[in-house]
Parts: sequence; C-alpha cells; structure tokens
Amino acid sequence: MSVKKFDKLTAVAAPLPLINVDTDMIIPARFLKTIKRTGLGQSLFHTLRFDENGSEREDFVLNKSAYKDAKILITGANFGCGSSREHAPWALDDFGIRCVIAPDFADIFFNNSFKNGILLIKIPQKEVDDLMEVAERGANSTMTVDLETQEIISSDGKSIKFELDPFKKHCLLNGLDDIGLTMEKEKKIGTFEENQKVTQPWL
Amino acid sequence: MATTLYDKIWDAHLVDQREDGTCLLYIDRHLVHEVTSPQAFEGLRNSSRKVRRPDLTLAVADHNVPTTDRSKGIDDEESRIQIEALDKNCLDFGIELYGMNDIRQGICHVIGPEQGFTLPGTTMVCGDSHTATHGAFGCLAFGIGTSEVEHVLATQTMIQTKAKNMRVTVNGSLPTGVTAKDMILRIIGEIGTAGGTGSVIEFSGEAVSELTIEGRMTMCNMTIEGGARAGLVAPDQKTFDYLMGRPKSPKGASWETAIDYWKSLKSDDGAKFEIEIALDAEDIAPQVTWGTSPEDVLPITGRVPSPNNESDTNKKAKMQRSLDYMGLEPGMLLEDIKIDKMFIGSCTNSRIEDLRLAAKVANGQKVADHVDALVVPGSGLVKEQAEKEGLDEIFVSAGFDWREPGCSMCLAMNADKLQPGERSASTSNRNFEGRQGPGGRTHLVSPAMAAAAAIKGHLVDVRSFNID
Ligand code: SF4
Repeated sequence: MSVKKFDKLTAVAAPLPLINVDTDMIIPARFLKTIKRTGLGQSLFHTLRFDENGSEREDFVLNKSAYKDAKILITGANFGCGSSREHAPWALDDFGIRCVIAPDFADIFFNNSFKNGILLIKIPQKEVDDLMEVAERGANSTMTVDLETQEIISSDGKSIKFELDPFKKHCLLNGLDDIGLTMEKEKKIGTFEENQKVTQPWL
Repeated sequence: MATTLYDKIWDAHLVDQREDGTCLLYIDRHLVHEVTSPQAFEGLRNSSRKVRRPDLTLAVADHNVPTTDRSKGIDDEESRIQIEALDKNCLDFGIELYGMNDIRQGICHVIGPEQGFTLPGTTMVCGDSHTATHGAFGCLAFGIGTSEVEHVLATQTMIQTKAKNMRVTVNGSLPTGVTAKDMILRIIGEIGTAGGTGSVIEFSGEAVSELTIEGRMTMCNMTIEGGARAGLVAPDQKTFDYLMGRPKSPKGASWETAIDYWKSLKSDDGAKFEIEIALDAEDIAPQVTWGTSPEDVLPITGRVPSPNNESDTNKKAKMQRSLDYMGLEPGMLLEDIKIDKMFIGSCTNSRIEDLRLAAKVANGQKVADHVDALVVPGSGLVKEQAEKEGLDEIFVSAGFDWREPGCSMCLAMNADKLQPGERSASTSNRNFEGRQGPGGRTHLVSPAMAAAAAIKGHLVDVRSFNID
C-alpha cells in the first residue's frame, strides 16, 4: 500500500491559536468506534466545531467561509499531545488538511501524520506568530509549502525555511510505504532473531 | 563508555541503522486491542501480508467492553462490531486473544505485566499511548499509531530515531498519604506536558526504589502525559519477585539465566543524561488537577490559580479557557470543589494495590448522597483477587458500584461517562476537555484521594482520614 505523496501545496491556511491541542480535541474517543480509516473528517475538532445541538459554531475558524477550503493549519505548541490514535491524522486528512505548522508537536502524533502523507512543520514560535498573522487574512492569504526546497512561502512573498528528517522527507516525496522498505531488510531481521535465540533464549 | 539503561536496551535491539540515523528496532512484545488494530489488519489483508511473529503478540478487548453484566453481549452496535473484528482478526492471523469473557481479560497495560508477558530488557509496543506503563519493569515500551501497529505485525520491527536521555530523580521518602500518582502528577506539573518530548525518562532515586511494582507502573504510565516517548525504572529484586511464577515468565534454568542478565540492566555510574531533574519526596503533597491538561496540577491544600498571574499570553488564554470549561473561579479552595461522580480505574490506578488503598479509605464509610462512585478493576484477575480479600464488600457496603474490568470511564467509549457539566474525581490519566464524556469535568487524583472525595462529596485532603 502506498502513502499519499506530498511535494508542493498551495492553499488557504487556517489559524488555530491554541496551545496543547490534544488528540481528544482533534477527534473525541466516541468517534473511534469505526473499523475504517475514512469518513472521520466530519468529526474533526468536533467539540470546537459544533455546539451541543450539532450546529456549527460560527466563530470556529474552519466554519468560516474564508477557511472552508483550508489545507494548511497554523497552530500553537505541543499540537497532537495525548493519545496514539491515528484517527487524529485520519480525521485531518479526511477533512482536507495536508500540512500543519507549529512550534512543536507531540512525538506519536508526529510519526502518525507522516505515515498518512501529512506534512508537519516545526518552526520557531516567532515565525509561527508571523504566519498566524498572515493567515488571519483568510482566503486572500494562500501559502505555498514546498517540501523539496523545505520552505514556506507566505502570501506576502516571504520565505521561511524549515528542517526535516531526510528519511521522512524521502518517504513523503515519493509516497513510499515503509513496510515495503523494511521488508527488504528481511534477512537482517532473521539474523537478529537467530542471535537473540542464543543470547536471550527465554524470550 | 558509561551508558544509560535506555542505551543498553536500544543497542540490544538494533537491527539496522541508516546513514541519516534512522534505525530499525526489533520488537519483542506486541499488545493489540480492538480500537487501534482493525485498520492495521485490513492493511495486511490488502497487501497479502502475514503477521511475522504471532507468538510475540497478545490481544485483548478492553476499551469498548461494558463493565456491567456481560452475559447479554454488547448493546452498542459499533462497539460490538469492533470487538467482533478483533476476534476474527486474531483467529485469521493466529494471535492469542483474551476475549470479553476470559478471566484474564482486562486493560492491556494491566494484563501484560500480570501474565509475565512484560519482561525486563525487552522492547514492547502497543497501539496505545500508555504503553509507557511497562517501563516499570525496565522494559522499553512505546505507544504507537495504527500504521506502526501494521508495521510491527508485518515485520516485528519499528522505525525509530534515538531519543534523548532524561532522568528524573526523586530523593527521600514519600510522606504518609502520598502515592506514586501524586509523585508523577507533581513531576508533570514541574516539567509540563511537553517537558519530555523527544526523550525517554528514567526514574530513579530512593522514593522510586521504595515504590512497589504497582506504584512504578502508575508512574511510568503517565510519562506520556509529560510528553516523553517512554519511561523506565531499572529492574531490581522487587521486579524479579513480581515476575516469578507468572504464566509467561521464564521458568527453571531459563529463569536463572534471565535474572543474571536482568541484573545488568541499569544505567552506569557517570552515564550522560541530556536532561536531569531532581525533586524531594518529602515536599510532595496529595495532588489534584484543576484544569484540562495534566500539567494543571496543584497540592490539594492550594487554590484555583488566576490567569492574571500568568504573563505568557498563550498560557494565559489556555488557563482562561480551562477555567471556563471547568466552571471554576480563581482563588477558590481546591477542597471546596464539589463532585458528582468518582471513578477508580484505568491503566493508571486499577491494580490490586490501588483497590486496597481505596478500600482502606472507604472502610466503614458512606459515599456522599449526591455522588455516583464507580470502581472498575483493571482485569478479571485483579477483580478475583480483590473479591478474595473482601474488598468488593467494603466498596459495596460503602455505596460504591463494583464493576467488570475494562477502560470504562477513562475515555468514555462504553456506557460509563460523565454528562455535560458533571464533575468527577478520577484516578485515570487525562483531564482533557470531553475525555470522560462531552462537557465532562475531570479532576485527576490518586485512588485514596478519589475514595475520600466520594465520601465527603468534594475534593478533600486524604491525610485528614488518618488511614495509616
Ligand atoms: S484505561 Fe484509559 S488510558 Fe488506559 S488503555 Fe484504557 S483508555 Fe487508554
């Protein structure tokens, strides 16, 4: 199975200026009862997006017409903390978000996102603040994220460089399934198992 | 070169290393549950792949199962489908499963150690962030997502880069009435929920050595709430005593060789830790969270904090949002917070020791009239043991509800949940918005503090109960 490729994305960016957005906020546990990966977009940010009666909250960014087609999310520190549920990136992807920009992310969420073709970009707080400001301008503020050159180009033409682990970049650019890659190492895995049988026979 | 416990386990499991530092790590143990696995098995089927080592894999249904009478099956259709999918997947792929009616069924992180499936010096994964629990045995245990579950099922390895070494040392002894839960909450309050990001935390010091294995599990369980990839405690005699004779522990001559190896599993003197934190156990009081993040924690003797005293604008906004959600006023005494429900359970605090402690507080008392109190043992075997000791009777006669094992109100996937606006004292690990039900308000506490709150009807300092 291959992963969605990511090379270059030009899209509206939605500002979500909250810190510690946890996975229960991204998708509450009661929506995890599915055995599929699809269809979770409607539950994305459920509590933030809908009121008790299920109507959209007008003041939530992704409910505003200017941001309905947002594919980029700009947000605060420690995004994705909490559970290991991959339903969080699945919900983001299903909604159409392909890239999240923040000062930092929780570890498990970080890994899970890349495995689903979502690019997470860590940049310093100051630069996130600048982008947040640009994003506040709504539909007029499309940004371009270029994975190859590792830069974000905001609507005012400013470029921000970002760092990324080369292996993650390689997989994302080529849409590689890492299970396939690992299976090419089958022999090494087999050798490891043989050795372990000798050194730790109780396992 | 002096190395850390984490370095040692890591090195012993390295299958391959790429030039860019990406490593392939061998996984010795894999726990599977119904919520994060169906899509992984679907992926295997779609690519005609097998499970490489079903013998290293153990499955259990825990998140969705009802905690009431199970003889009639599961009412909720989606939950039922998910559990049936687990049954079928385990059958098709040859994986051992503790089904809903098996006495060994329980929360994955409770049953792993209970069965001796969790062992020192091993690597373990599970599609659940609280896999860190198993670090209490000196087992390097990671919570992973579903794609990684599929990767481990197919290859028995995971792709990882090395984390930083971090050490938290707790010196001295814990005062009476203060538990492992208070200690870990205090640590998270100190380092923050992102304090351990990118690190593996080793817990050490006198207070950690003095903990029981159950207590160490409670601590390691919540390392993920401090953002760390895993938590570790070096194995010692207590660890070996706990594991001896467990169904899946090594036996006979194997046991002796294993112990020799396990004794070598500790950080060398002079090993380098990138981050070091030290605390004094004597300074720790029973803790309680007031907000919607585990780092929003204070001693029970404190007051609800005020956003006016916070200078960082992001943090100030978060604090205001938390207080609005929790329905609390700055300055009010934490002890004046009234509760509607109480939950003792979850992989943090549902083991026999937790129940014993709560029962000590509950003995001869009565749950306050307006409080609904739920006690959910971590596994069928914990429940059986508790009943043997008569703990169930203590709880029931004090007005607590005694239930069947499972995750229950920790994440509100089954029928046990808070109603909007309801407030709980809970021994679980997350007080996120909506975690225990939409609109529900959670205060995280130790089992003793939870039982005390149920009796008084409000948060209270358990030290006033004179239980020791
Ligand atoms: S008890 Fe709670 S935290 Fe633990 S595995 Fe179950 S849902 Fe996760």
